[in-house]
Amino acid sequence: MAEATAEARSIRVLIAKPGLDGHDRGAKVVARALRDAGMEVIYTGIRQTPDMIAEAALQEDVQVIGLSILSGAHLELFPRVVVALKQRGVDDVLLFCGGIIPQADIPAIQELGFDGVFGPGSSTEDIIAFVREHAPSYAA
Amino acid sequence: MDASELIERVLAGDRRGLARAISHVEADTTTGRAVLAGLYPRTGRGQTIGITGSAGVGKSTLVGRLARAERELGRTVGIVAVDPSSPFSHGAILGDRIRMQDLTGDPGVFLRSMASRGSLGGLAEAASGVVDVMDAAGYDVVIVETVGAGQDEVEVATATQTTVLVTMPGGGDEVQSMKAGLMEVAQVMVVNKSDLAGADTAVAQLRGLLAIAPARAWRTPILKAVAKEGKGLDELVAAIDDHQAHLRASEHAAVERSEHAQAQIVSLTRAALQREALQAAAHSGVLAGLVEEVAARRQDPRAAAAALLDAVRGSWAGAKD
Repeated sequence: MAEATAEARSIRVLIAKPGLDGHDRGAKVVARALRDAGMEVIYTGIRQTPDMIAEAALQEDVQVIGLSILSGAHLELFPRVVVALKQRGVDDVLLFCGGIIPQADIPAIQELGFDGVFGPGSSTEDIIAFVREHAPSYAA
Repeated sequence: MDASELIERVLAGDRRGLARAISHVEADTTTGRAVLAGLYPRTGRGQTIGITGSAGVGKSTLVGRLARAERELGRTVGIVAVDPSSPFSHGAILGDRIRMQDLTGDPGVFLRSMASRGSLGGLAEAASGVVDVMDAAGYDVVIVETVGAGQDEVEVATATQTTVLVTMPGGGDEVQSMKAGLMEVAQVMVVNKSDLAGADTAVAQLRGLLAIAPARAWRTPILKAVAKEGKGLDELVAAIDDHQAHLRASEHAAVERSEHAQAQIVSLTRAALQREALQAAAHSGVLAGLVEEVAARRQDPRAAAAALLDAVRGSWAGAKD
């Protein structure tokens, strides 16, 4: 058989919208940009609970999770996503987020482990570069 | 996690271990191959089901409902949902979870999305490996969903024990199915969206096509369903169970198992051979010159292909020394 490789997969990213707002244009734009950058993007749709997001991340074995939120409930929901991931032993993923997140809330969100915060006006190039640079690789 | 730890975790029902094992198998890593080799003796207990059909006939919705119906019977369900990769970037948007939302919180369900990889090839190899891992993990039913668009996708569906072809009323779909060679491989046919006009016509057309197919011991049932309303699902589960019982009980069961094993080995060998040959061809360095010759019409493409094959053979012979 052909040589097996130690590492030969695209970066896998979960794009999810926690909470109740139904505006997923931003999430779709990011999903599409990451796909066009050669990544495999699992898109779960709107109105996801923290448990649904964590469970999807576990089953899909993604390296990266991007959350989009416009409802203002980020300080409520993001910590619950982080807890739900920890409960499942998903501890080696890169987290980033986008949407409407006030400047004052950013330190708290970074404290949770969201290394990238991309508000309105962010370029998809910046998001792609961020994911490429920081996505953990799987040790074979 | 190394191969032996992954195997242990998969057999122990650890979902994170299963997810990581699937990643290795999908990427065809050395660890993935060791995992498959270790798990294979534990496969063969679950039902494996392939669901295929054209884009837009409602496969994802049907799979979601089928999984729920199986869950109501107390069976655990593994799902491999294949979506197409972009031929340009090789990236993919995998959206099957959207239509299977209600399964996400169920600990008896494991859903994995997979990109078809397009020209990178190897989909059938990778998907059948993922099915084997889920089977070994103890899922009672493992469902693979693919768009029945090309040879690779058809091969994925046929790598399962029971292949279900999904169509919908209208639009000459039956001719497309014939073209794709799907008619021959389906053991169950479903006309989904049968609340639309023309459902009975679609059933009659399929029946007509089956009537001219070579007779086999198994008679392919044609069912009507409206997946989004959950209609026709009990009948689908029953038809699949019937086929599974036929596979296990019929006097031809051993023969069918051998044929299935042979088809799998041949298909995997073909895929590996193709990949390896194309790699050797790329490294041989003669391709660019041949391309130029053919483009300028100084040499015909068949002669060029023969020359390239010679170069591949040469490099294989060299590698043996």
